[in-house]
Amino acid sequence: MFAEKYLNANCVISNHLVLKNEKTIFENKQTDLHEFLLSAYNYFGLNYPKFYKMDNSSKLGWLASEILLKDNFNAEKYRPDEIGLVLANANSSLDTDLKYFETVKDIPSPSVFVYTLPNIMIGEICIRNNFKGENAFFVFEEFDAEFMEKYVSNLINNNILKACIFGWVDLLEEDYKAALFWVEKEKSEQSILFTQDNINKIFKADNG
Amino acid sequence: MPDVFVVSDNILSPLGLTTAENFAQLTKNITGIKEHNDANMSASSFYAALFDKKNDLIKDSNESIYTKFEQILNASVSNALENSGIDTSDKKTILIISSTKGNISLLETETFNSTLQKRIALHTSAKLVAEYFRFVNQPVVISNACISGLLAILVGLRLIQSGQYENAVIAGADVISKFVLSGFQSLQAISDEPCKPFDQARSGISLGEGAGTLILSSRKKYEEGIKIMGGSVNNDANHISGPSRTGEELAGVITKALQEANISASEIDFISAHGTATLYNDEMEANAITIAGLQSVPVNSLKGYYGHTLGAAGLIESIISIHSLKENLVLPTMGFKQPGVTKPLNICSALLHGPFQNCLKTASGFGGCNAAIVYGRSGNMLN
Repeated sequence: MFAEKYLNANCVISNHLVLKNEKTIFENKQTDLHEFLLSAYNYFGLNYPKFYKMDNSSKLGWLASEILLKDNFNAEKYRPDEIGLVLANANSSLDTDLKYFETVKDIPSPSVFVYTLPNIMIGEICIRNNFKGENAFFVFEEFDAEFMEKYVSNLINNNILKACIFGWVDLLEEDYKAALFWVEKEKSEQSILFTQDNINKIFKADNG
Repeated sequence: MPDVFVVSDNILSPLGLTTAENFAQLTKNITGIKEHNDANMSASSFYAALFDKKNDLIKDSNESIYTKFEQILNASVSNALENSGIDTSDKKTILIISSTKGNISLLETETFNSTLQKRIALHTSAKLVAEYFRFVNQPVVISNACISGLLAILVGLRLIQSGQYENAVIAGADVISKFVLSGFQSLQAISDEPCKPFDQARSGISLGEGAGTLILSSRKKYEEGIKIMGGSVNNDANHISGPSRTGEELAGVITKALQEANISASEIDFISAHGTATLYNDEMEANAITIAGLQSVPVNSLKGYYGHTLGAAGLIESIISIHSLKENLVLPTMGFKQPGVTKPLNICSALLHGPFQNCLKTASGFGGCNAAIVYGRSGNMLN
């Protein structure tokens, strides 16, 4: 049998709340999505000028990845090609597609057009962290913990990856949700076993 | 892990409705790229490989519940399934759909609301295709820029190798409308003549539309034929819309694909490159192919025949390569005349006759992604 794998961190951002490892660590209810993302960026003391040029989906996914990895990621443990990203959502890049198509009525914007692909947020997270492993972007109607658990397990079991960020980053206008998970082979202090039940429990943590 | 074999395939493009029709057109050096004047798509004329407006294949929206995108997927999957022996209602069969933009053209003609949101969603199209063919499992959708097609094939390979499924029907499609065309025009990435991959005078891409379907299986009855030897995907962590300058990361997936296939670089008989005909892509690919030790291996790009078919490209170009292996006939690079990349490559410029055993297919895309797959004759298929 294959070795156990562990969820060594998780981050859920929704309803203008940020949860790290199932605890609320930031809240800013009285604002729109754009301001909320900016306020979280400032609150966590992040300093990454590229953040400002990203579309909202990439801002959300990037922010969740920063909070996910903070204090839980040791870059020296892995080669860049041993860390991968497997993400999914329901609306692909529709939020930015709508914004891009508005520009077409006037002058098409190349800087908006490049964000009209859902996997661009994977690129942004890879650029930030120099992650060069396997990456994939799936589109499902709803978050599918079973598919994710099996797909990521297979990548780690076959030594294609040693560690992986996986999860859900969906955003359309003011509706959004990000739930990212950091899975490794080694156990840490906050480890939770990498199972479908645990993934689902954390995914729904913002509703409780 | 079980071996995974090619069962059947289809290419549905402006060049033909079956793989055989497409392959025959390519051997006659016929391209699907033409000049178009269509005010609904562009104020100026442009070159692209598009389905004729008047055809028997694609019905208008008032005659079909399926969009153009879904109609070409359905037609492609239907042809690939014919006589394949694959049962879509088998619990061990999965449908995988690959596309970059799916039904996005609906934004151009409809008012946006929650109904349209659902109609545009890629999972809605996938569900419609799955229901049409009575697949019992929920379909999987991949949308990963220009490597979508190759990644969808790799996902199919892995879902079979892991034992979750025994058969995978992998279909990819994209249609070209104002949305996509205006975007690449805004990036100044569209060539003002048919694209010229790897050529000195190359000046950008030509877009194309089409669909491709590849059916894979681990079942022994399919073992006489072509086998998926191995594959790999990575990210260059360099820039969201420009490729790595060094090509090291594409070389990395090529090397990993060769390792998984358990063959050496010298055992690759030809390469079907991404070859989009942008300055940077072709230069990066030449670097990568050289780093991987494949600089003397014949390489072609099929973009001069099909244009860049986005989410269908990895499928259509893999299927042509698979048939090149079967027929021992590698196609030239339409549009290529004078070498135009810094690292010298062995670019195919005429039909090349085999025998061939293995080939490599590569792709790279926005977001920094790279993919490579090795196809080979399975042990039992005599050359």
